[in-house]
Amino acid sequence: MAKSGAILVLGGGVAGVQTALDLSELGYYVYLVEKKASIGGVMAQLDKTFPTNDCAL
Amino acid sequence: MCTMYCPRPVVDTYNERLDITRAPHIDYAQAIPSSYYIDAKACLRVNYQTCNLCAQTCTAGAIDFTQKPKELELEVGAVVLAPGFGRVDEKVLEKFGYGRFPDVLTSFEFERLTCASGPTEGHIVRISDQKTPKKIAFLQCIGSRDETCGNGYCSSVCCMYAIKEASVAKEHEPDLDISIFFMDVRTMGKGFDDARRRAQEKYGINVIRARVPRVDQVDGKLALTWTTGDGEHHSALFDMVVLSVGLESPKDADIISKVADIELNQYNFCRTSVDAPLVSSRQGVLVAGAFQGPKDIPESVTQASGAAAIASELLADARNTQTITVTYPDEDKALEEEEPRIGVFVCHCGVNIAGVVDVKAVRDYAGTLPGVVLYEDTLYSCSQDALKSIAEKIKENRLNRVVISACSPRTHEPLFQETLRSIGLNPALVEMANIRDQCAWVHAQEPEKATEKAKDLVRMAVAKARLLSPLEQPTVDVTPSALVIGGGAAGMSAALSIADQGYKVTLVEKNRQLGGNLKRLTWTLDGQDAAKVLKDMVKKVKGHKNIEILTNAEVESVSGYVGNFTSTVSQGGKTKMINHGVIVLATGGREYKPKGYAYGDSNRVLTQLELEEKLARGKGFLRNAKNVVMIQCVGSRGDDMTHCSRLCCTQAVKNALKLKEVKPDINIYVFYRDMRTYGFYEDLYREARKAGVKFIRYTPDRKPEVIKQSRGIKVRAFDELIGEDIEIPANLVVLSTGIAPGDNEELSKIIKAPLTSDGFFLEAHAKLRPVEVAVDGVYLCGLAHGPKSLEESVAQAKAAAAKATIPLAKGKVAVAPIVSKVNQDICIGCGICESLCPFSAITLQKVGKRKKAQTITASCKGCGICAAHCPTIAISMGGFTDEAIMAQIHAFSPDGCEEA
Repeated sequence: MAKSGAILVLGGGVAGVQTALDLSELGYYVYLVEKKASIGGVMAQLDKTFPTNDCAL
Repeated sequence: MCTMYCPRPVVDTYNERLDITRAPHIDYAQAIPSSYYIDAKACLRVNYQTCNLCAQTCTAGAIDFTQKPKELELEVGAVVLAPGFGRVDEKVLEKFGYGRFPDVLTSFEFERLTCASGPTEGHIVRISDQKTPKKIAFLQCIGSRDETCGNGYCSSVCCMYAIKEASVAKEHEPDLDISIFFMDVRTMGKGFDDARRRAQEKYGINVIRARVPRVDQVDGKLALTWTTGDGEHHSALFDMVVLSVGLESPKDADIISKVADIELNQYNFCRTSVDAPLVSSRQGVLVAGAFQGPKDIPESVTQASGAAAIASELLADARNTQTITVTYPDEDKALEEEEPRIGVFVCHCGVNIAGVVDVKAVRDYAGTLPGVVLYEDTLYSCSQDALKSIAEKIKENRLNRVVISACSPRTHEPLFQETLRSIGLNPALVEMANIRDQCAWVHAQEPEKATEKAKDLVRMAVAKARLLSPLEQPTVDVTPSALVIGGGAAGMSAALSIADQGYKVTLVEKNRQLGGNLKRLTWTLDGQDAAKVLKDMVKKVKGHKNIEILTNAEVESVSGYVGNFTSTVSQGGKTKMINHGVIVLATGGREYKPKGYAYGDSNRVLTQLELEEKLARGKGFLRNAKNVVMIQCVGSRGDDMTHCSRLCCTQAVKNALKLKEVKPDINIYVFYRDMRTYGFYEDLYREARKAGVKFIRYTPDRKPEVIKQSRGIKVRAFDELIGEDIEIPANLVVLSTGIAPGDNEELSKIIKAPLTSDGFFLEAHAKLRPVEVAVDGVYLCGLAHGPKSLEESVAQAKAAAAKATIPLAKGKVAVAPIVSKVNQDICIGCGICESLCPFSAITLQKVGKRKKAQTITASCKGCGICAAHCPTIAISMGGFTDEAIMAQIHAFSPDGCEEA
């Protein structure tokens, strides 16, 4: 049976989004599944990030 | 509108329940997708078939209550689990006053208080009286390193975020007095110790090493009592207490485990192994991020790319079978060459801009500017509807230049460029004026002046837009192979992944054998036979048809750019030229060779790796051993190496347990500064304490001393608890010496990849681009990046392999259109540009009899240093020509506009 060129990524936080981006760049179709209404996960709630104090959004 | 008219208040979970919103809402302004949604649990229409106000007031008719949940069946070749982490149960927080005392907050709640987008717009206030607190305490390890709540592990991130939140709070309220109560300060990540020290010095944050058992309320204040390492009891009152809560496995981990048919570990995180950290127990199901174990953002991002690499290895045959190719219409060159017909779109950005700037006034003003044929305002220019409408209006009005007066081009320009491309216009014909950040945000208190400034910016943008010209979008072909430098665990893992994804790899190792530091390891941290892990890896690399191995070999030079590198490698006196598209740096690190501590003077003083090698050969050397002393941070966190080596604490604990296993009656003393057994390694630390290993803290000003005697050696050290020096006659002293960088300077110069002050390679972005370096087409993994465990090296190697394979899989790399261009008629060949270019992207070449500068467009980053320094103004930057910039500057004065 031919392999499917699609991949399911469960979770739209920073890890899920990064996986999805890389996979799409590598030539695969991605289904990104997120429980909430928007992606970004906990990182979207952060103000700054350690240690560079870059804005998290 | 829907949020405004909804009568049903709901707690705002995005703001950690510190605010309220309405049933239909959007979590935050920048949320993606950027559409509002209805909280079905609270909605009156959904639950009681009444109300319907939102549907009636929505002018776009976007609310449809007849929608039903749909079940989809998707056929996929692999699954990546990245469900994140769960929160510590509120019951655990109760003994610290949470839920009883309003001014006890979780760190997540406090984070929202520090946020400009949060419920208090960044003002730190007490929940009880809305007043600014004076004294705040952060309590670490809440729901972590705590067997009573079932979380025996360390959450690995709380030390960092507490220091960050405290620093941000001090920025907002400089007079705050902040104390953080740590058991150990675990800032073991790359550059983290430095950042901690800076934060402590800059903001004067008090670091107290104690665990606070409970929180009480006294006269509206919060009372804490604690005991320090010297046995003293202390107590103090605080205005606010922040609980640094840990990360748990996701609440639905059991369901995920069942549905995906994967195994969990004892803490309900996904079970993986040291040699395959991103692979679950089921073939084709991968894992990334906090579900694999508590971890921070860079590591999650690394694992995410790594999981993508593994999925790509599994499905290499099916690459590009299901992707959709976006096609663009041909450019309308004739229209582009016509007289400028400019359209100006002024964005409200909801209330972000329109709350301060008079958007309609700016719009009407734009209409008075020369060349402007269309001027409109939009609610959210970046929304999908607005983009569609902008595209239609450009077509209808035959516009050939567009000014978007909204937010930052850094984040949003690509979106508008894409819109232009989709209707056959060159993407370089759009210009942005940032009236959100530069007007509405910074001049929020002066709306009239903000409006005037917005007009200035729009006028300047229009002046520049009139002189914009189309830019070419060149692409270059990619040589479909990789050069991996370094044949240790990281280099081999990266090479295997790229090869499994279908591309040729040349693996260069300077030693005779593959294996690097893994050769010296006896046991992995999860108890596997390290030699077997190594053997399996070497066997796979040697047997792979896509991998060519060059041992005893070193890279001498690298030229070219992403997609087209040419390197010379010397091997046994001969040199070899290799063409390749990408480079992976996996040059490793080395064990730090200690100075002092009688190392080298006495054969009883060893490093941890030397102990491990001895143990592997048998326990004979321990026959008469009674006391073993281990000393942590020898080399690390000191004068020679300022960085924390991350691993040594866990390695010491691992070896202590091994010693106890082979000789249970042996006494082991570990002198440490902070035990940094992060994540699940905390289990080993606890196990060692239970096995009777004694851990004694020392401070850098009172380091333990190793004293050689006529017979044997002893260790003298200060014991904080009894307040005096102790002496331990030692049969063996084991130094945890840490990880020093390899000899990276030479390679750093060859590749132009910068190093950190500690001598490791510097990544492109600490959080979001952890395996890329500043040079395009060069990727980074393993100890070359910084100290890390085998497990982390393997994950990072996979991540580097994913990134390295992207250009190979695409076959072409797009060159950014904003590059320098030399007018060779004016160029005098002085070479200033060549000497200044930080990217080696401009060279002098013979043209006829004279030398002329020439840009290597694929390497050019468009920084403009060459253009700024050219004495004859022979160099111009695409999209930023001197004429256009001068026109923009002239337009700053309203009269200048006419003449431009």
